[in-house]
Amino acid sequence: MHTKKVTLKVFRFNAKTDYLPYYKTYELEVSDHEVMLDLLNRIKWEHDGSFSYRRSCRHGICGACGIKVNGKSILACKENAFEMTHLFGDELILEPQSKKRAIKDMIIDKSDFWAKHEAVTPYVIADIDEHPEHENQISQAQLAQMLDADYCIQCGACHYACPVIEVNDEFFGPAAFVAAYRFAIDSRDNATHERLEATAQMGQGVWDCVKCFECQEACPKDIAPIEKITRLHAMQFEQKVAVSNVATRHAEGFVRSIKKHGFLDEADIVVYSEGYLGMYKHLTTAYKMIKAGKIHWNDGFPWVDNVPKSKNLEEIQKLIEISQTNKL
Amino acid sequence: MSQLHYALYTGCTAKQSTPELLSSTLAVAAKLDIELTNLEEASCCGASHLQDFDPFLSHVLNARNICYAEKLGLTMVTICNTCQLNLAMTKEALDSDPALKARVNEKLKEVGLEYKGTVAIKHFLYALIDDYTLEAISQKVTTPLSHFNIAPFYGCHNIRPSHLHKSENPYVPNSLDNLILALEGKAVDYASKNKCCGFHVELQANHTSEILAGNAMIDAIDNNADMVVTPCPLCHLKMDTYQDNISKTTGRDVNIPILHMPQMVALALGCSADEIGLKYHVSKATHIMPKA
Repeated sequence: MHTKKVTLKVFRFNAKTDYLPYYKTYELEVSDHEVMLDLLNRIKWEHDGSFSYRRSCRHGICGACGIKVNGKSILACKENAFEMTHLFGDELILEPQSKKRAIKDMIIDKSDFWAKHEAVTPYVIADIDEHPEHENQISQAQLAQMLDADYCIQCGACHYACPVIEVNDEFFGPAAFVAAYRFAIDSRDNATHERLEATAQMGQGVWDCVKCFECQEACPKDIAPIEKITRLHAMQFEQKVAVSNVATRHAEGFVRSIKKHGFLDEADIVVYSEGYLGMYKHLTTAYKMIKAGKIHWNDGFPWVDNVPKSKNLEEIQKLIEISQTNKL
Repeated sequence: MSQLHYALYTGCTAKQSTPELLSSTLAVAAKLDIELTNLEEASCCGASHLQDFDPFLSHVLNARNICYAEKLGLTMVTICNTCQLNLAMTKEALDSDPALKARVNEKLKEVGLEYKGTVAIKHFLYALIDDYTLEAISQKVTTPLSHFNIAPFYGCHNIRPSHLHKSENPYVPNSLDNLILALEGKAVDYASKNKCCGFHVELQANHTSEILAGNAMIDAIDNNADMVVTPCPLCHLKMDTYQDNISKTTGRDVNIPILHMPQMVALALGCSADEIGLKYHVSKATHIMPKA
């Protein structure tokens, strides 16, 4: 067994008594078989009994002990302390998942997370036979469609790693999208259409995702929420839920451009997505870009073609013709 | 060192709204004697949006892009984070799923192509750092950037998901910092260097987009940055083109030059003002050029 000295800078705050949070430093001799939860326990048991954090199963399944170490979302019971020092050095900064929601030390008010979870109706909606004679079976293939979405333990790691959550109160967030996908794809569920409609709504739905991949990086169960978000986007088109709006036209507009030029027509995609009336928002920016020589004054007019063309464009056009599966 | 030779995937932005990215990339390659063969046949990568509409089509088109690098037998080099990630995601999907690869190749066969999975795809930043090496670059510096505080802005798609970017710790990325140091600049340490610029929701969630870009720029400015440098032209466009709007939304003046990574290298290697192309920036940046 190896041990080494690790400095822990720990976020401390009591919303009832403290005006501001502060960081307290603890030096611990840490062994290579300890997980981060062991260190939280030792702070409480050996240094300061008032130190507060959530914990329960110690097996990576209850989702209670989510914290951040040097900005990385983890389950404290799952991450080996030595491995954390390999990533970040021998000074580790322990913080709650969301500092602005801190109640006491590592404990946060997770009510926004649970409200979003509830908002996507995270259970199968079906006509239930009260006296069933057999199970409601789903096939292996149908189960595989769920990908790994069913492994989510609602720990909140992705939710509080998502930058959109912090600037848009309506946004469902990655964990709720995983749940929405998990039930939308469930062959026993009767509410797929409604689920896709809810996650297609501007503001709350998947079109507000910034594609930063923070959620994939954060998930302690390796679920990759962004993958389910991408699936929800595509399902809107597959199941004809998508309505024509700035975001859906923007996604579909790539095919339109690539078919014509191979490349994206940067001016056209804005005009096509926004519509001519929506262009007023972009006139000042367009003027500045023209002035700087970034775009040409007549870019984006339908009768003008200033866009470079890919060589062998006909190959690209043929591939679109034979491979395109979705339509807006 | 034998001459480095790559297949260059320019992406769309470098051919249109950021001509300075292409000219500075070519200028850096010329100075360092790196040969770049332009993939003239390449199409748009889908910019992380095409796969929302039609995931299979996105794989087919990106597999075709990679095919042309495979034909040349050259590592594919990208100059945009989002191109890099989209191509790398298709490569990962096809290399790990033989059934998908077969379905894609069935389509590619119709145009006489086959995806094999034989070439690597890397961003020019890592071609410079891993293959050319920082040491060799520092020996070529003629205009040290020693009087500049430079804030590295990594851009999501070059660091996350981390299994596709193995050389970088997404929480403490350091490639761009090290490059700045090799050019004798001062690398600004600030918490937002690995955050999102919000570019991808520019149209449909403008407020989100501007707050995210603004937060990062304010963080850089508050840490005394003279300029921000990024390997991603989409981050560049967001932070350079929309400074006035971002200032209005955040209530802070976010005026600061936003350089493409190759522009910064070109500056240190003594490339010409035309090659560096600061005149193509919307926000004032030409003042950082050394006086002739």
